[in-house]
Amino acid sequence: MIYAGILAGGVGSRMGMTGMPKQFLSVGGKPIIIHTIEKFLMCGRIDHIYVAVVKDYVSHMTDILRKEIGDSDRVTVIEGGADRNGSIVNVISAIRKNDSSPDSILITHDAVRPFVSARIIEENIDAAIEYGATDTVIPATDTIIRSADGKQLDEIPVRDELYNGQTPQTFRISMFEEDYFALSDEQKKILTDACKIFILAGRTVRMVKGDSYNMKITTPFDLRLAEAIVAEELSHD
Amino acid sequence: MINRVYRLVAPKQIQVNFCNIDLNTSDVIVRPRFLSICAADQRYFQGLRPPEALKKKLPMALIHECAGVVVHDASGVYKPGQKVLMVPNQPFAPPGIIRDNYASTSKFRASGYDGFMQEYVSIVHDCVVPYDNIDDSIASICELISVATHAVTTFMQTAHSIRNDVAVFGDGNLGYITALLIKTMMPETKLHVMGIVDEKLSLFSFADEIHHSDRLPAGLRVDHAFECVGGQVSGTIINSIIDIINPQGTVMLMGVSEQPVPINTRMVLERGLTLIGRSRSTTKDFEDTRDLLESHPDMQSRLRRIIRDTVPVRTIEDMNNAFNTDFSNPYKTVMHWMI
Repeated sequence: MIYAGILAGGVGSRMGMTGMPKQFLSVGGKPIIIHTIEKFLMCGRIDHIYVAVVKDYVSHMTDILRKEIGDSDRVTVIEGGADRNGSIVNVISAIRKNDSSPDSILITHDAVRPFVSARIIEENIDAAIEYGATDTVIPATDTIIRSADGKQLDEIPVRDELYNGQTPQTFRISMFEEDYFALSDEQKKILTDACKIFILAGRTVRMVKGDSYNMKITTPFDLRLAEAIVAEELSHD
Repeated sequence: MINRVYRLVAPKQIQVNFCNIDLNTSDVIVRPRFLSICAADQRYFQGLRPPEALKKKLPMALIHECAGVVVHDASGVYKPGQKVLMVPNQPFAPPGIIRDNYASTSKFRASGYDGFMQEYVSIVHDCVVPYDNIDDSIASICELISVATHAVTTFMQTAHSIRNDVAVFGDGNLGYITALLIKTMMPETKLHVMGIVDEKLSLFSFADEIHHSDRLPAGLRVDHAFECVGGQVSGTIINSIIDIINPQGTVMLMGVSEQPVPINTRMVLERGLTLIGRSRSTTKDFEDTRDLLESHPDMQSRLRRIIRDTVPVRTIEDMNNAFNTDFSNPYKTVMHWMI
């Protein structure tokens, strides 16, 4: 079975000015998270979608889901965890109530990346089935600077070897269970990225080509940019 | 849902646009899977249309030949996963005396409004035709086949019943498909195919007679003819037909010409000929085409010969490559749409 986990555990502290977590803000007349869920709903290979949201917004999420999409038996809202992996653990717990297959796949995605494409989703699924784990990336365009103290430049890594990580991140659920639950509590606090856990466990993580439109809406600037991008008509005469 | 639409904004320049699709629509949401490039698309892409036409029509998503898979249908008529042929002609007025494929109120995709180069397409129920037993790449050229079906069906309904000898002028894709349909739908008729290129003519192994259109045998006469050439030589070809057609024959005009063409009307009048134009099909023609292909697997084998390239498309660069590949390909190029 193939599952999607839409991760919306954050409360949007980086947006700062609005009371509503950023994933519930509107783009093109509809909450960002609804656009994201709809994109995964259109992928017929995904059997079920779990939406992990911060506890106080579970009922709000359920409301807007019913209002915007209607009653769908392919979407379930659950409570997110303390961090990204905590939310993934909660999604997996929900999946494991009905599915114990070692081959089942989970495609995880940031709720605030509504511009994800069908290609990116499908290539994630294909690569996860073949290789076990995937991360969606785009080549870095800016020069990356490394500095330990934030004052002094320590290193300029070779840009050709650098990529910006996006989502989805997709993996065999049994693989995540094996590697994540082997970590100590201290390690779990530090290792918040699923793919980083796989790499430290010595596994191969396949890269899937993302694209620059698959942006993460985290700042007011991003929000304005997203609004501008979708403010186009479908057809014309 | 935010949908990606790939529009031609200027010759050889495709750009992605993002448009909202309402999933609570009464439309069917279809994921395009196989898109076939038509000469009309190529004329836009290469900038071969008149500048005023490009200015009026662009930006616009190209492609009107497409097969896809249903991903969402709120009405429940189609289940997700159902393969469908997609009809580019959408009527916007109730049925009347004028068929909707020729009604001025109808809209045709990739000719005035967005074609099928989209991540998902929101399309009315009347413009999808389900299929199960057609090869997907052949399904993608069903629009072109349906135009030929429409023309042959019209011919069978209107032409007089002496149909001993029928000619198809044109050795390209449309000529091949039309000839194949005539042979399938009227097996008793002696089929003549007229063309220029030996290699292309060799594909017409099912035809009864093959002729070079610039040196037709003296005394050759046919009862009716289909013109499938178009372009600058349209006039020459139509007049060649008029020269060899028997009185009261029907000439089906199917080739598109950018320029007006001179026609020997004296002989049209003298022989009492009927000239009928057919270029656009409707949903009924798609259904007839589907039924014909599903009941004649041998037709599918023959049609596979004119699909020369199937190009995987994941990026805009892949789209450009597909159009450039097609430009030097006399047959059909199909984009396997994975965008």
